[in-house]
Amino acid sequence: MGFFIEVLTGGLLAGVLYSLVALGFVLIFKASGVFNFAQGAMVLTAALALVRSLEVMQGKWGWPFGVALVAAFAFAGAVMAVVAWGVERLVLRKLVNQEGIILFMATIGVTFFIEGLAQTVFGSDVYPLHIGLPKEPMFILEAVFDGGVLVNQLDVWAGVIAGLLVAALAVFFQRTRVGRALRAVADDHAAAQSVGIPLNQIWFIVWLVAGLVALVAGVVWGSKLGVQFSLSLVALKALPVVILGGLTSVPGAIIGGLIIGAGEKLAEVYVGPSMGGGIEIWFAYVLALAFLLVRPQGLFGEKIIERV
Amino acid sequence: MIYREAGQYKTSYVDDQAIFPILQDKAVVLAAVAAAYLLVPAFASDYMYKAILIPTVILALAAIGLNVLMGYCGQVSLGSGAFMAIGAYAAYNLAIRLDFLNPFVCVLLSGFAAAAVGVAFGIPSLRIKGFYLACATLAAQFFFDWAFLRVKWFTNYTPSGSVNAPPLQAFGLDLSSPTAKYLVALTFTVALALAAKNLVRGHIGRQWMAIRDMDIAAEIIGIRPMFAKLSAFAVSSFLIGVAGALWAFVHLGSWEPLTFNIDRSFQLMFMIIIGGLGSILGSFLGAAFVVVLPIFLNQALPPLGALVGWTISTATVSHIEFMVFGALIVFFLIVEPHGLARLWSIAKEKLRLWPFPH
Repeated sequence: MGFFIEVLTGGLLAGVLYSLVALGFVLIFKASGVFNFAQGAMVLTAALALVRSLEVMQGKWGWPFGVALVAAFAFAGAVMAVVAWGVERLVLRKLVNQEGIILFMATIGVTFFIEGLAQTVFGSDVYPLHIGLPKEPMFILEAVFDGGVLVNQLDVWAGVIAGLLVAALAVFFQRTRVGRALRAVADDHAAAQSVGIPLNQIWFIVWLVAGLVALVAGVVWGSKLGVQFSLSLVALKALPVVILGGLTSVPGAIIGGLIIGAGEKLAEVYVGPSMGGGIEIWFAYVLALAFLLVRPQGLFGEKIIERV
Repeated sequence: MIYREAGQYKTSYVDDQAIFPILQDKAVVLAAVAAAYLLVPAFASDYMYKAILIPTVILALAAIGLNVLMGYCGQVSLGSGAFMAIGAYAAYNLAIRLDFLNPFVCVLLSGFAAAAVGVAFGIPSLRIKGFYLACATLAAQFFFDWAFLRVKWFTNYTPSGSVNAPPLQAFGLDLSSPTAKYLVALTFTVALALAAKNLVRGHIGRQWMAIRDMDIAAEIIGIRPMFAKLSAFAVSSFLIGVAGALWAFVHLGSWEPLTFNIDRSFQLMFMIIIGGLGSILGSFLGAAFVVVLPIFLNQALPPLGALVGWTISTATVSHIEFMVFGALIVFFLIVEPHGLARLWSIAKEKLRLWPFPH
């Protein structure tokens, strides 16, 4: 029992990390109808910008850690702003009114471009990232189970950060002027534009917010894995999460992440050995695919209604 | 007025139904095929064969396969690498388990194996579309990446996981020289490209295109989406599977599961976007472009960097390659969605009027 709970908590906490990346997908899809394949590349870029600038500020210029950290965050945020601006200006604006699938392919192009650029500028080694998040595993519930339940502290922190991020996004969407404008654009581009909401600005803001979410995801994943190219592949893990949760739903991204995280860990531990192991790679996809066949719009997605 | 169609009267149904009804088109295609068979072997070096010609010819076949699915039927697939892998491993298993079979029979049969799997993974397309489907095909990609790595039966229990294709011999001929390999690949590609060209202009191809343009409207006018989509998946996977088997048997000789990972899928997708969605000619142009560009960058960038005093490492070259491909994809989607193939149709339009400006 203790082992089961350990696997389950580990899976749920890993799922929170997937949710962090999935949130970026959902934000952009909600506000612009673009399925942003570049989210993983943005996670990589943000994390690289952060870790490399931190290195320079702390090591070369000798700034104290706290100051350097804040400055590095500001720098990475600025990089994401540049990315958001570039994507809006050079890609989205030119492809306005195109089919979703064309935009999807364009974001694949954007993915490759950003990945190449980020690695050319910031380097492509593995950079360890220490921003003070505790990494030591800890044991909880030792009184209840024999030996207790092993929990990774970093994952717990990731859970807390993801919770805060979702709360912040909820407030941003529900309470601020810009948030309201974003929801209006999501409902109907043309109507929003006709009441005077500037579409270009909104797209820039959405990509910027997605960039900042990518930065948070990059920091958490980077502390766990080190900042390296495989961060951008995390996005491939987040894809089944958004499909399962529904492309337009923020809670869907969270719950989808939890289901996928827990499901794949349990499958790996309990089913994996009989199949040769390593089924984590595809289990999430097959789970999402099976779910899609039953409910194509995902758990919390809006029902897709089509007209000729 | 070189390209003049006026006056070419078709006086029989056979003429009317020809693959290339216009004389100039027929001449250009025949000339290109003849050049590929006769001129190229006279001039090409072994390096040309191994680095450029054989990969281009085989990947062009795979690109045609993906183009059938994405360009003609509008179903986005990020799993084409997996179908190449299925072709390769099916051919391998046929060759070692039924060792009396001719390798080329194995290659063709492996296409059918890939087609069967393609239909199975095409079934979700009846319920979902667009990026949802793209993710579903990613499921195929990851599943088969895993299967060929972990399920030992597929690799005949080789300890390292990499497998060797049987030597390329048929009809008592040894076909292991680069020229022979090239001709083998070329024969498969030309034959299947013509078959695909024929298919997309017939009633099946028209059904695919109707589904692509608007599936609900197509359904209303009496096209069965199930038949159209699944046939597109079957034909596409068949072509990609054969290409995968050729890639393994003819180009590589021995390979490991990583050969057909998701990068291969993206590579094929780039080929058809750059070459031209919904165009057989575009598949060839795109394949050539995608094969040649990295070689060109590898040769050209370090000297260029040296000119301005910047040493460019191989890692940087590969990053720049990423950037160039990413930028090209966006560029082609924005500026020329019909890709390089459009250049040929522009040329034809100009030649219709030449030498007059209007």
